[in-house]
Amino acid sequence: MGRFWHIIRRDLQMAMKQGMDSFMVVMFFVIAVVLFPLGAGPEANMLARISAGVIWVAALLASMLSLERLFQTDYEDGSLELLSLAPYPLEAVVLAKVCAHWLTTGLPLIAAAPLLAVLLNMQTEGFVILAAALALGTLSLSLIGAVGAALILGSRRGGVLLSLLILPLYIPVLIFGVSAVDAAIGGFPMKAQFLILGGFFLAALPLCPWASAAALRQALE
Amino acid sequence: MLHRFANPARFMRLSGVLLPWMAGAAIILVAAGLYMGLFVAPADFQQGESVRIMYVHVPNAWMALFSYTAMAVASAVALIWKHPLADLAAKSSAPIGACFTFLALLTGSLWGKPMWGAFWVWDARLTSMLVLFFLYLGYLALYNAFDDPTRGARAAAILALVGFVNVPIIKFSVDWWNTLHQPASVIKMGGPSIDSTMLWPLLLMAIGFNFLYFWVLLLRMRGEIHANKIRMIRLRQVHG
Amino acid sequence: MGGYAVYVWPSYLITAVVLIGALVSSIRFLKRNAETLKALQEEDKGEA
Repeated sequence: MGRFWHIIRRDLQMAMKQGMDSFMVVMFFVIAVVLFPLGAGPEANMLARISAGVIWVAALLASMLSLERLFQTDYEDGSLELLSLAPYPLEAVVLAKVCAHWLTTGLPLIAAAPLLAVLLNMQTEGFVILAAALALGTLSLSLIGAVGAALILGSRRGGVLLSLLILPLYIPVLIFGVSAVDAAIGGFPMKAQFLILGGFFLAALPLCPWASAAALRQALE
Repeated sequence: MLHRFANPARFMRLSGVLLPWMAGAAIILVAAGLYMGLFVAPADFQQGESVRIMYVHVPNAWMALFSYTAMAVASAVALIWKHPLADLAAKSSAPIGACFTFLALLTGSLWGKPMWGAFWVWDARLTSMLVLFFLYLGYLALYNAFDDPTRGARAAAILALVGFVNVPIIKFSVDWWNTLHQPASVIKMGGPSIDSTMLWPLLLMAIGFNFLYFWVLLLRMRGEIHANKIRMIRLRQVHG
Repeated sequence: MGGYAVYVWPSYLITAVVLIGALVSSIRFLKRNAETLKALQEEDKGEA
């Protein structure tokens, strides 16, 4: 267990030293959301109707920004190879890095989301559910993202390729995440959506580290 | 047993023999299916002549799923047993699979306009087929994104397997969700519920497309084997 | 075609174009590689 926390702490320290990563992700989130009233017009009812979808899509895109570097720096300076040779399971290493990614990316997005909901005139019934759904959803997004990040190591145009690979896999999370918020706003039951989001997370929790580790081993061969 | 076919030279001989049969079967079956579908089969009671789109739409859709499944199986074989031809089989399945998916979406759209009044709806079946199309494109992009072809093959294989979860979603989407798309009427418990005058051209087209898939698969695999040899010779020329 | 011609014929036509296109492109892919391989092998033999 000590190893696990050690890896998380190491990644968090690196993130803090660079400092800008979390800030830039949140700034992108905010700017992306702000583009919509500017582009689609400021009509309040229309914005309220699309607010859940816009915030979720922007959160998806923002959470992808920091994924490219999830394994990149360790891959380049050789520490990934060392980690893979150690007797500690590579899957656990991936899980630890995913935790750190969520803490530095997912958490700030969840914190920023209610403010953006205000900007888009979302009805107040949706605020708490938005944060809750994002909390559950971003966990899956970080896990799925890790698979993509591992696959593109050493490739050309890794960043763009990562988006092409990950976004189709993000779509189910998006669909049910938005559905949960819209259901809350409309006064409909949202238990099913949360159960499904929870299901995605529980499925991703063992499968994504396993697939990521397999991809990392391929990259290190 | 698989390893008997691992030898590229043996594969080239075998595929050389099979190719004309795949081609012949494809042409004959598709021709027969077209004739039956366009001229023999009756119009539908509700849908009129537009039901004839079914004879291209459904085979395209079935083949889109078949190709991805073949790609996923080949990817699994490549990752688990490191069979040298499995990577090539997976890579060669992708372009034709993407074509089938695109055509399924397009013909479906052209069928949807007269039937549902819309070229596109965001229901579960259409959305998951669109995701399948993106998965094919992502697979091809990933495979070709590495200078080392082996690395590209392995990464793409993992992606193919991760994306395979979409295939059962597509198949069962019309059962799990309340969709606009018609529920299963051929491959379901209790057998087909479609009339035999329509079932026959449908099956002929589907099997014909299947032979077309194998025709293209063998052509591309042969091309890839040549490409590998070319790469070896060029490497030798540079280093030798 | 009972008024549906504008939907039915393009469906068949585009299917034919795309699938035949895929076929032709695959044939040319094979042919091109076979020719390049042959040329390189001649070169090799010439030098040997």
